[in-house]
Amino acid sequence: MNTWIEKQRHLIDFTVASLARRKGKNLGLLSIYGLLVFVLASVALYTHALRAEATKVLAGTPEIVLQRLVAGRHDLIPPGYIERIGRIRGVQKKEGRLWGYYYDSVVKANYTFMVAPGMKIARGEIVVGPALERSRGLAAGNGISFRSYSGELHTFIVADVLPQSSELVSADLVLMHEEDFRAFFKYPEGHYTDVALSVANPQEIKNVAVKLMNALPDSRPILRDEVLRTYASIFDWREGIMLALLAAAILAFGILAWEKAAGLSAEEKREIGILKAIGWETGDVIKMKFWEGLLISLLAFLLGYIAAYLHVFHADAVLFEPVLKGWAVLYPRFTLTPHIDGLQIATLFFFTVFPYTAAVLVPIWRAATTDPDTVMRG
Amino acid sequence: MIFQPAIIALLLAAGLSLAMLLIAAPFAAQVIRHWDIASGSERQLRLERLTYLFSTLVAFVCLIQILAALLFVFNADKMSVMFVGAMCAVGALNVNEFGFPALYLQLALFFLAALWLALNHADSRARDYPLVKLKYALLLAAIPLFAASLALQMQYFLGLKADVITSCCGSMFSADAPTLASEVGALAPGPAFIVFYGAIGAAVGLAAWHWRRRDDLSGYATGLGALAAFVACIAGILAFVSLYIYEHPNHHCPFCILKPDYEYRGYGLYIPLFAAAAAGMSAGVLRLFARRPSLAQVVPPLTARLAATAAIGYVAFALIASLMIWQSKLILIE
Amino acid sequence: MLELTNIRKAFNQGRHNEYWALSGIDLAIPERKVTALRGPSGSGKTTLLTILGCLARPTEGRVRLKGEDISGLPERFLTEIRRQTFGFIFQQFNLIRGLSAIENVVLPAYPTGRPRKVLLERAEALLADVNLGHRRDAKVEWLSGGEQQRVAICRALINDPEALIADEPTANLDTKLSKEFLGILERLAASGRTIILTSHDPMVVESAVVDHVVTLRDGQIVDEK
Ligand SMILES: Nc1ncnc2c1ncn2[C@@H]1O[C@H](COP(=O)(O)OP(=O)(O)OP(=O)(O)O)[C@@H](O)[C@H]1O
Ligand SMILES: [Mg+2]
Repeated sequence: MNTWIEKQRHLIDFTVASLARRKGKNLGLLSIYGLLVFVLASVALYTHALRAEATKVLAGTPEIVLQRLVAGRHDLIPPGYIERIGRIRGVQKKEGRLWGYYYDSVVKANYTFMVAPGMKIARGEIVVGPALERSRGLAAGNGISFRSYSGELHTFIVADVLPQSSELVSADLVLMHEEDFRAFFKYPEGHYTDVALSVANPQEIKNVAVKLMNALPDSRPILRDEVLRTYASIFDWREGIMLALLAAAILAFGILAWEKAAGLSAEEKREIGILKAIGWETGDVIKMKFWEGLLISLLAFLLGYIAAYLHVFHADAVLFEPVLKGWAVLYPRFTLTPHIDGLQIATLFFFTVFPYTAAVLVPIWRAATTDPDTVMRG
Repeated sequence: MIFQPAIIALLLAAGLSLAMLLIAAPFAAQVIRHWDIASGSERQLRLERLTYLFSTLVAFVCLIQILAALLFVFNADKMSVMFVGAMCAVGALNVNEFGFPALYLQLALFFLAALWLALNHADSRARDYPLVKLKYALLLAAIPLFAASLALQMQYFLGLKADVITSCCGSMFSADAPTLASEVGALAPGPAFIVFYGAIGAAVGLAAWHWRRRDDLSGYATGLGALAAFVACIAGILAFVSLYIYEHPNHHCPFCILKPDYEYRGYGLYIPLFAAAAAGMSAGVLRLFARRPSLAQVVPPLTARLAATAAIGYVAFALIASLMIWQSKLILIE
Repeated sequence: MLELTNIRKAFNQGRHNEYWALSGIDLAIPERKVTALRGPSGSGKTTLLTILGCLARPTEGRVRLKGEDISGLPERFLTEIRRQTFGFIFQQFNLIRGLSAIENVVLPAYPTGRPRKVLLERAEALLADVNLGHRRDAKVEWLSGGEQQRVAICRALINDPEALIADEPTANLDTKLSKEFLGILERLAASGRTIILTSHDPMVVESAVVDHVVTLRDGQIVDEK
């Protein structure tokens, strides 16, 4: 056992020395390898953090949202509809919500206008999300006018700006008083956009949904858990697409690694020949090359991952925000909560270290099996 | 299909393993056909050189299988949020009928690869490489298994639909479900305790016996003991060890213990368990070849060492499990 | 020490350019003696040396090392035997550039897994023995030809082999350095080592150190004395 460890130490010593002797080539490989890890890790960390953010935001939303359908399309909740739900066991609270979209032609962006439940906003005032604060240069106390869909101009005073924390969802929000909302959109009195129900026991949610369907056949209950699942799969999907595209990069990297390993310089080949002639066995040479690959891989992995971590969590993923987020003109700009995940690291490892190893296996073997007597011949 | 990085990584790993074996197959066939250790011909020298490539390749594939098995469970656990009714890996694996077979095959491949490496280790220490043809025949025979593994995983992942309502550990291992797993889960803690510690004790005892005697009988006994203890340990984890970890009298699940909620304690159990089982079984299998003249000097110390590894692994496993039981607030047996 | 019976060695076997470099060699190498192989260029001296030193396997024929048949051994075991039994000195010295003299000397001992400290001590003693103690940390490419050869000799001795094998050891040395080499050779022979070398150089082949001269021509032994 001791001899084994001692031997591995010798091999590592030799490997480190030989890596240092070929700085240029190895630094080149290391930087390309590290870059690949960096890009992959950035994608993974970024989508993961976005997903976590969305989950966090959804955690504060109602368990069930009830919509009414007319001819299969989302329609307004008429007066008296909420009362028809009646008492359902497990439902703690039910209330009608008012919200809608508004297209701002000045900055060519969509806002979400909403009546804030449980928030006191005076008539004529609004509370805006941080994206509006940025794009329209708004601050508390400023006035702003919106031209409604009926052509009238409505002016509001900004009472407050929402905090940054959950910006992904709240960025484009405009919160206002119910009367203002109805006046702005000419929303019929007594009607609502949808109904929010809170259910305390998560196991009851399914039952409640079934009862709702029975009581109101024209309704469509949307469960928060289902939204969460959809979100999760959308994010996974985006991440997957990105990674699949990057698979091409991985392949190219594999080919590069193969070439690097296969195109051992004459000097390196001579060295392996000498080692074999003076008593190293093929297995020893393979082990030595294995340590070399491991050192390079771990170093590249570490460097790439740390760089990606800094890029995503401390530089706001500047490099590909547009690619991944790209659904709104108003980019939410927020600092993601740092998060490291075991599965993710394991996955990244599979994507980088394995293709590299697979690519260099055969060339290394070929070099290691040089005839030991070759050095005897000039 | 759910398009997720970990899934792609798993398919990549399975595909890569298969591809490497397929590329190696013609050479393996050549080794089987033309191997002649006594000859100094250039072809023989070339074949001998090829054997280095194969052992490196299979070691690599073995490593991939170990990590892929971990990743597979890990990923199933993570995916469980996407399926109604799934709380952990069991639920995600139950989404369609390919989940569990894929996992079982993955584990089987791990054990096969470990056995092959043990054979290879013994063979490459005997001066005439007596097992070479057997080794490469086994390699060829394993290729369909690797293909099946890839196919099962494909089927499983392609068949994942987020709206499926699945059944999770609660129902699969609960006493009234009609599955084998549930029967195991329903074992009364008392007898399960006896079987669990009895099997581990027997396996350790047999391994220790082999360590001293180094003969055929004790060798085969060590192999069988390790296999039996592996089954008993999995049953024990289902029947009561997991209950103590969850501190819940009805939560029989072999996967939830891998979750961060339980400080990843499952890895502390499974790593020594799998290492011990692989080592013990390898000792038993290697003993089959102890009578070959050139292996007579090689096999006995090797199987003795493997038996010792198995014994240490099982003792470590038993100690860790006992510690977890001891620290638990749950009381199953007065 | 070594016995060869009916050794034949082919290159490019089975192809149109098949070439038999050795055709039927019977030879016994005496223990604790200096044996020299000579013959014209291309006569198969180096090829024979690689077979004697377990660097290569004969295509046909038997090699016995101290009575044990090693001709069919796979490379893995042959290497082990070679490492324990033989030290090699090559014509071009074949030192690894970029490493210091002492690093080069300890290289053959790496696969044995002996502790580094022990190895360095032994290497230092060997270097001091050939008056190179002061150059131990110099990179080998900065050493002179004679110094490089002495480093190569130390490297051949690090595993304390019974036998030394040298292919054209003086081909790259001038007369003075060749004489110096013969001096070292004498000391090594006196310490009880078996030495096998090839040489064109009459100064080596005819020197008093050499006990046994084998002459090759076209892959066959034509003279032995
Ligand atoms: N790898 C090889 N492939 C083909 N032919 C070879 C190979 N190695 C040696 N030969 C041939 O075998 C013959 C013997 O070569 P060897 O090197 O043994 O000669 P030598 O006696 O050492 O010559 P020199 O005195 O020039 O060193 C030569 O004709 C050479 O061309
Ligand atoms: Mg020559």
